[in-house]
Amino acid sequence: MNRINQLFKEKKNNILSIYYTAGYPGLGDTIAIAEALQEAGADMLEIGFPYSDPVADGPVIQASSKQSLDSGMDLNLLFEQLKDLRKKVSIPVLLMGYVNPVLQYGVENFCKACVEVGVDGCIVPDLPMYEYEELYKDVFLDNDLCNIFLVTPQTSEERIRKIDALSNGFIYLLSSSATTGKNLDVSDATTTYFSRIAAMELSNPTMIGFGISSKETFDKACKYANGGIIGTAFVKAIAEGNLKESIDGFMKNFR
Amino acid sequence: MNYFVNEKGYYGDFGGAYIPEMLYPNVEELRQNYLNIINDADFQKEFRALLKDYVGRPSPLYLAKRLSKKYNANIFLKREDLNHTGAHKINNTIGQILLAEKLGKKRIIAETGAGQHGVATATVCALRGLECVIYMGEVDIKRQAPNVARMKMLGATVISAVSGSKTLKDATNEAMRDWINNPVDTHYIIGSVVGPHPYPDMVAIFQSVISEETKKQLLEQTGSDQPDYVLACVGGGSNAMGMFYHFIEDEKVKLIAIEAAGKGVSSGFSAATTYLGKEGVLHGSRSILMQTADGQVVEPHSVSAGLDYPGIGPQHAHLFKTTRAEYVSITDEESLDAGLLLTKLEGIIPAIESAHALAHLEKMKFTGNENVVVCLSGRGDKDMETYMNHFGL
Repeated sequence: MNRINQLFKEKKNNILSIYYTAGYPGLGDTIAIAEALQEAGADMLEIGFPYSDPVADGPVIQASSKQSLDSGMDLNLLFEQLKDLRKKVSIPVLLMGYVNPVLQYGVENFCKACVEVGVDGCIVPDLPMYEYEELYKDVFLDNDLCNIFLVTPQTSEERIRKIDALSNGFIYLLSSSATTGKNLDVSDATTTYFSRIAAMELSNPTMIGFGISSKETFDKACKYANGGIIGTAFVKAIAEGNLKESIDGFMKNFR
Repeated sequence: MNYFVNEKGYYGDFGGAYIPEMLYPNVEELRQNYLNIINDADFQKEFRALLKDYVGRPSPLYLAKRLSKKYNANIFLKREDLNHTGAHKINNTIGQILLAEKLGKKRIIAETGAGQHGVATATVCALRGLECVIYMGEVDIKRQAPNVARMKMLGATVISAVSGSKTLKDATNEAMRDWINNPVDTHYIIGSVVGPHPYPDMVAIFQSVISEETKKQLLEQTGSDQPDYVLACVGGGSNAMGMFYHFIEDEKVKLIAIEAAGKGVSSGFSAATTYLGKEGVLHGSRSILMQTADGQVVEPHSVSAGLDYPGIGPQHAHLFKTTRAEYVSITDEESLDAGLLLTKLEGIIPAIESAHALAHLEKMKFTGNENVVVCLSGRGDKDMETYMNHFGL
């Protein structure tokens, strides 16, 4: 069984997933960060492969992507770095990034490379549902890779049902329609939206992301979903200083 | 062969809507409504009236006699440079602002490179009293100061795009980010035939007035609405798509799209997308774009800010791949020379973008009887500094 499905089978709540950009802050930090995060209590990892034009991201993740690209990161190097991933890390790992680098690598090659290094799933925000279904779904399923779709407060119920039917792994609930790095909206409207999704009793587990930066916002996410995803706040926290200490210091807020 | 968009939003292998879920409701709202709104009789009446009385259409089709003599053909210039605000861009912004009103939007955003689309957007926002925010690369703000001033005087807020290379592609990214963060009340007026479906089709429809008029004017002036050649420059490709639109299905009419070679296609400073690019996804559609082997978007170069874009619209990619249109490129140097030549022979200072199309005449062979239409997409006022510096005037 895919490690993502295994995780959600064993753990129903309080799941903490951390996003970070591969090759940042140092080009060679990708595996060290994964190890440190697992040790500090992360349940799942989302490793971002950088793209030159990340439209869904705010300034922090954009800057980390640029720094990583400038240092020489690309998909070939990332898969090379991830060769020893499964010798050191046992929690589920997803790759997250934009569709064009995947297209250039070749969708089939990309999926095979993921499986070879032990990656369990992908989040490609600008790969539309229609294109996924028509062109990529079979390749993903043949390789036992989860493809994660996003849902926003504006996504219609009909479309959420369709996403649920097509999803494998979990559904990524955006706390608001926003680029990454905004603060979690704690208004009634957000609560109503989270409750509405919870009441739909979807067949897939859900994780809330975008805007989670503190214990308080993480707990709120866990109230309405199986867990929360932290990205920008973590990327910011490891920008400077000793990497291991920064990671441990950051994770103490949550674990 | 179908050269237009299909029901899935594709032109052959190109197009689609590669957008994050956050943009889906906005783009879907547009997709479901754009054709109904555009085809509505009242909309058409208002759109046509504004094009006539506010923009100054129809723009003349001018037989440039001295240029014709030089090249041994009948060279007709479609004078989009005479439009209000000085370029073809206003055809699209008039259409989209009316459409935004029908959708109940209160706030308009747009990206701009040289500032022509920004000015055209700020203009229609002033005309209709809507809030206007223009994203422009930090680098472009510095080199296009007069257009920044125009936008500000027209009441727009100009926001500097400081990410990436700080030029047009980054301004486009910032506008998309704004739209993600303001999904309900905002309409994004994309300035070219790029972006997720239905933008390429919608912008092409609004610009198609160029070829619609050209056919009528050619019939009046030559007795035939069928020219031998139609030429237009391509950055994203909106003036070219408007110029080609009503000729696309008439395969006897040869279509030539002129890209910017910059300092030369192999110089590393070029924007010749079909020559240097590969298939991929940029700004929401599958098309041809300049990129690294890893799929990172490459920064283009052209002396003309309006052609300084690393991709082309998906319909252009389709016309290129099917060879319905020929794609060629012209260097910075060649375009500036062609701009000066037109000025001297005809008393018209063209935008450097349009000068790329004119420069290709130099490379064609004519027998004296051909009718050739060149889209003069904009006027050269904005480029005076570049012309002056280059020629030491």
